[in-house]
Amino acid sequence: MLIARVVGELVATQKHPSHEGRKLLLVQPLNLDGSDRGDAVVALDAVDAGAGDRVLLATEGFSAMTSVGRPNSPIDMSVIGFIDHIELIDGVH
Amino acid sequence: MYFGRVVGSVWSTVKNPHLTGKRLLVIQPLTPELKSTGKQLICADSAGAGVGELIYWVRGREASFPFAPEEAPVDTTVVGIVDEVHVQRTPPPAGGRKAPRKK
Repeated sequence: MLIARVVGELVATQKHPSHEGRKLLLVQPLNLDGSDRGDAVVALDAVDAGAGDRVLLATEGFSAMTSVGRPNSPIDMSVIGFIDHIELIDGVH
Repeated sequence: MYFGRVVGSVWSTVKNPHLTGKRLLVIQPLTPELKSTGKQLICADSAGAGVGELIYWVRGREASFPFAPEEAPVDTTVVGIVDEVHVQRTPPPAGGRKAPRKK
């Protein structure tokens, strides 16, 4: 799983039926210091997140599919939680 | 899933029988701001996407699920055509930790 920030949404009418009824979020994975970690990705929304939210991102098929309740469907990323706070030991950043 | 644009298509006459009838597209990955990022790749098509369209694709074992029960040997598949992109990058909170600047 990765820490990420929701930076937008996609609108798609023609898409796989398993993606119907869920928001398609553009999410930017983050490093611990808040800087961008690679490029933004597209994830299905399992928690009703919106732009600006800091979230937990599942980046693998099984966890992504089960979190939105759509097994055996082409889903490899989903937003599965909000991050309120991260605590680190000294020296980690 | 990943965001991108269809920039071409691939013709292949001799291929795995499970790929017969499937279109192969050349995809350019994009940032949310529609700038090219990373290298182009080939995706199978399950959404009926055409050259020039914005799309999103899925990677890995899940890429073959749109073709189930057939077990197509594909690792990237276009699963949706994007009509609109709404980007809302908010500035970091005031007084928060600053991200290192990229040159």
